[in-house]
Amino acid sequence: MPKLLSGAEIVFKALEDQKVEYIFGYPGGAVLPIYDELKNHKSVKHILARHEQGAGHSAEGYARSSGKPGVLLVTSGPGATNAVTALTDAYMDSVPLVCISGQVPTHLIGTDAFQECDTTGITRPCTKHNWLVKDVNDLSRVLHLAFEVATTGRPGPVLVDIPKDIQFKKGKYKFFKNSLKKKLNGKATHKISNTELDKFIDLIKKSSKPIFYTGGGVINSGPEASKHLRELVSLTGFPITSTLQGLGAYPGDDPQFLGMLGMHGTYEANNAMHDCDLMINIGARFDDRITGKVDEFSPGSKKIHVDIDPSSIGKNIKVDLAIVSDVTELLKSLIKRFKEKNKNFASSNKQKTSKWWEQIGKWREKKSLNFINSDKIIKPQYAVQRLYELTKNQDTFITTEVGQHQMWAAQHYKFNKPNRWMTSGGLGTMGYGLPAAIGVQIANPGKLVVDIAGEASVLMTMQEMSTAVQYRLPIKIFILNNEYMGMVRQWQELLHEKNYSESYTAALPDFVKLAESYGCVGIRAKTPGELDEKINEMISIDRPVIFDCVVDKAENCFPMIPSGKPHNQMILGPEEEEEISDEGKILV
Amino acid sequence: MAKSKSAYSVPGKIGKIERHIIVVWVDNEAGVLARIAGLFSGRGYNIESLAVAEVDKKKHISRITIVTEGTPQVIEQINLQLKKLVPVHKVADFKRGEKDILFRELAMFKILGNTKKIEKVKKICKKFNPVILDKTKKSVVIQVTALRAEIDKLALDLKSLGLISTSRTGAVAMTKGSKIFS
Repeated sequence: MPKLLSGAEIVFKALEDQKVEYIFGYPGGAVLPIYDELKNHKSVKHILARHEQGAGHSAEGYARSSGKPGVLLVTSGPGATNAVTALTDAYMDSVPLVCISGQVPTHLIGTDAFQECDTTGITRPCTKHNWLVKDVNDLSRVLHLAFEVATTGRPGPVLVDIPKDIQFKKGKYKFFKNSLKKKLNGKATHKISNTELDKFIDLIKKSSKPIFYTGGGVINSGPEASKHLRELVSLTGFPITSTLQGLGAYPGDDPQFLGMLGMHGTYEANNAMHDCDLMINIGARFDDRITGKVDEFSPGSKKIHVDIDPSSIGKNIKVDLAIVSDVTELLKSLIKRFKEKNKNFASSNKQKTSKWWEQIGKWREKKSLNFINSDKIIKPQYAVQRLYELTKNQDTFITTEVGQHQMWAAQHYKFNKPNRWMTSGGLGTMGYGLPAAIGVQIANPGKLVVDIAGEASVLMTMQEMSTAVQYRLPIKIFILNNEYMGMVRQWQELLHEKNYSESYTAALPDFVKLAESYGCVGIRAKTPGELDEKINEMISIDRPVIFDCVVDKAENCFPMIPSGKPHNQMILGPEEEEEISDEGKILV
Repeated sequence: MAKSKSAYSVPGKIGKIERHIIVVWVDNEAGVLARIAGLFSGRGYNIESLAVAEVDKKKHISRITIVTEGTPQVIEQINLQLKKLVPVHKVADFKRGEKDILFRELAMFKILGNTKKIEKVKKICKKFNPVILDKTKKSVVIQVTALRAEIDKLALDLKSLGLISTSRTGAVAMTKGSKIFS
């Protein structure tokens, strides 16, 4: 008969068998037996956050920069509800998370006990699946299944709720490998047929105005997917644009790359999306910040959509060829088949797409990311550009909060590798970047990790600075400080007659002193002249740094598609602001 | 256009609304119905009626029959989203009015009245497999099985004959002939 283990021991046994090295968490009454067991398992290191939301975003940062699932351990009631934002964020951005939550003892469930909440009920819509374990002999099966559900198909968060009495109870442990026989995402194990590939290749060959539109699916499929993507783009000679989440899958400084598309994407990327005759969507989901008004989205194009999640296909945009597949699998077979029959395609096809490239060149001449620089005041775009120039020679990881600074980072920081860019895209969670940077630094010791932040966002999870100091994580919090919730202010300026309702923070902490009180280093830059020197100083410090970069308060983020408008109706800059019609205001 | 200042795009063209019957086979575990119902409410889909019971005691499989309305795109999404749920084994989808599918709903009516009135009730219900479940001098409980619209009409007709209480199920469905849902 196998040795009986307590529920808490089973939790760690399962974590060990899943090769989990780090868990992010916060203790409390209903998880104490698990915390008690921690000391006996040296291979699993616990990172103590200052708030469960912070623990959750750290786990996300860890997962997105390492490709491994992030593990989160929280207590019942408020512990679980605090984790909900992070779970929802992970759900929207397809990040594999396993959240283990304590629950009140089974006999108290339903009695409104102290720190009781209906955790599985609350987290049902923000997880791929969740479980309340009421029998200790179910625990090992459920835990291994949880890891499998989180990491297969389209990745996402799961939650296992374990009542306190189950953590004490003795039961059997078994390592269930591939316990889940059925397909997780409908046709996730679908075999790609040659007919599909030939149709794909045929569309490529017929096109004279093609574009690749790639997304987070390429990153989630693993580093190999990025390699294959680069090969395919070079084989075809086609232009490529990327969503916010897909940045880094293709080199940001490559001539075939048109920059990011969407609401704050480049003029060339959005116009190419609108005018193309073939759109090849690989691992993106046609979300509303990308498509604008769906009825007028890329009206003249044939569309190919590759996605691992069948429910992403046809949800927002109808396509001509849909392939449900993992990106790596698809690209591998596609490239193989393409090479068999099409030698030197890029050069022989050059003529066919030459007019298209010419047109793209004309759009590029608009230089839509340009801004009017100043020698007196730091422009936020300039700050991001300098940060890029001064950090591009080393392997740098960037996280962001949400708002203007996030878009400027996406526009002006050029990524060359996948898993180097962690931002909250789907949910748009202010306060994501700082704790995410902690997770990224844990997964990538010795690497430079910078959170490009806004002063409003970063205050939402500022307490996690204390975590960074405790674990000696030299993360850099690079705050573009304009004293406004910048994106809110921008919309109010453009759409609400400059009624800046509640978007100005009249009292902000002194970030340099705040840094010092946390026991880390504070740096402030006020003029463009001192910026480079201060950034270099920040990089050279092997401790956590809060960098208060005082920037122009009134700068807006351009270019911009008023949402609801088609891609070819962008606003390029301040000189065009007056042109927004009443109808345009409705649509943003 | 009204001068609203939404942060989101205006709705596009809306397709034609169709009524569908969706049959879902699920593991009969705690919370499974909440997952299905939550999927519908969370994504803004309609549930017109719902019938659920365990059909395989050994494997603990329940069969859920949902009547819903939506554009073809929405119906497709309902199918695909349901298939993603971990406890869902398979999903079958039928358009209302498809010829090789049988649908039935069951209703119980409680009617107060004298024998004469009750005879009348029986006559009206004749076409719908009526069964008298309970009878007193002043009342009767009658069970019928029929289609939704037929039960709607029956309930209306019985109102003047002393109908005081109605209880009805959601629709259940099955294919005709030797074929089964796949």
